Amino acid sequence: MKYDSPLEAVGNTPLVRLPRLSAAIPGNGDGRVALWAKLEDRNPTGSIKDRPALHMIERAEAAGRLTPGCTILEPTSGNTGISLAMAAKLKGYRMVCVMPENTSEERRELLRMWGAEIIASPAAGGSNTAVRIAKEIAAEHPDWVMLYQYGNPDNAGAHYATTGPEILADLPGITHFVAGLGTTGTLMGVGRFLREKVPGVQIVAAEPRYDDLVYGLRNLDEGFVPELYDAEVLTTRFSVGSADAVRRTRELLSEEGIFAGVSTGAILHAAIGAARKAAAAGERADVAFVVADGGWKYLSTGIYTAETTEAAVEALQGQLWA
Amino acid sequence: MAIEVRIPTILRTYTDGAKAVEGSAATIGELFADLDVRHPGIAARLLDAGELRRFVNVYLNDEDVRFLDGISTALSDGDSVTILPAVAGGSK
Repeated sequence: MKYDSPLEAVGNTPLVRLPRLSAAIPGNGDGRVALWAKLEDRNPTGSIKDRPALHMIERAEAAGRLTPGCTILEPTSGNTGISLAMAAKLKGYRMVCVMPENTSEERRELLRMWGAEIIASPAAGGSNTAVRIAKEIAAEHPDWVMLYQYGNPDNAGAHYATTGPEILADLPGITHFVAGLGTTGTLMGVGRFLREKVPGVQIVAAEPRYDDLVYGLRNLDEGFVPELYDAEVLTTRFSVGSADAVRRTRELLSEEGIFAGVSTGAILHAAIGAARKAAAAGERADVAFVVADGGWKYLSTGIYTAETTEAAVEALQGQLWA
Repeated sequence: MAIEVRIPTILRTYTDGAKAVEGSAATIGELFADLDVRHPGIAARLLDAGELRRFVNVYLNDEDVRFLDGISTALSDGDSVTILPAVAGGSK
């Protein structure tokens, strides 16, 4: 495929069947249940976030909110910031990210590489605190533009316009779509699109569940639900802990040769759960799930080469992996 | 019916610091009432006017009970219930 510029190469990612992991589903001897991976790590900066980042920027430009020389501010634990930083560099904007301090060194290095400035938020509060601090900074700098992925309809809009149609074109018989629940943009956008086109399609969310070091003393009265979130779009929602996420990330690598980030392991875990349920019920299923990013940014955790899954999980303690 | 209930850090003041406690009940709502007998005050942190509080997430065997039958969700012996504060996602 040929494009006129790197930014135009966002999207149109491959959808690949996973023959070994599909065959390993109990009761799937006749192969009526298949797992399909949407390889979003093939985007220009290596994650699915290139889609919403570019779409949010272009829509803000079209609306006149973003003009040459502007500063973009965003709370992000990594990938969105990296995508925004690349687009900002190519388009001539200054980029400031508010990021929890317990994210991997690779993410910081990538952000710096694209010229972004990083404001660290306390590890204890995770992404919730990053969002709160970014909102405070935005109030102090009314001329800065916060695209705000958690509440910007263009985040979900990017997936409604591109990710959803691509999956349906490649897999007209899709029965389940599984993705990670963060800003909720992927699930809301692809979910709405597929629900309009595919009667009965199941939209399954995989939500990361961290260890206690990450949750800390988070207050139950001050939680955070992204403004984009609409529970009506989802069929169900699974909480996936670090151990299952790491185990599936390693399986994806050893069984299918796909080198993915840890959040993809959590998504795969939920996808396998949906596939097992279908196989047990004797139903046909084409389960498409998102490979959100590659494993490069998580190499320093050592989870890919650890002797055992237990040792790999131990290595991930206290880190935000999604 | 023994149900394992995983308690988030913020609520362990009610469980003498225990990360997990056992309960016995036929539904999520009854489970919280059962927990409140041994850990007075905990139910009020989870429920408001008989419904789950907005920023409290409850999972039955990892599945969000809001997509099952909410606090009426039926429990079986050996089930695992996890209580967590709602969080903003990560990079996804």
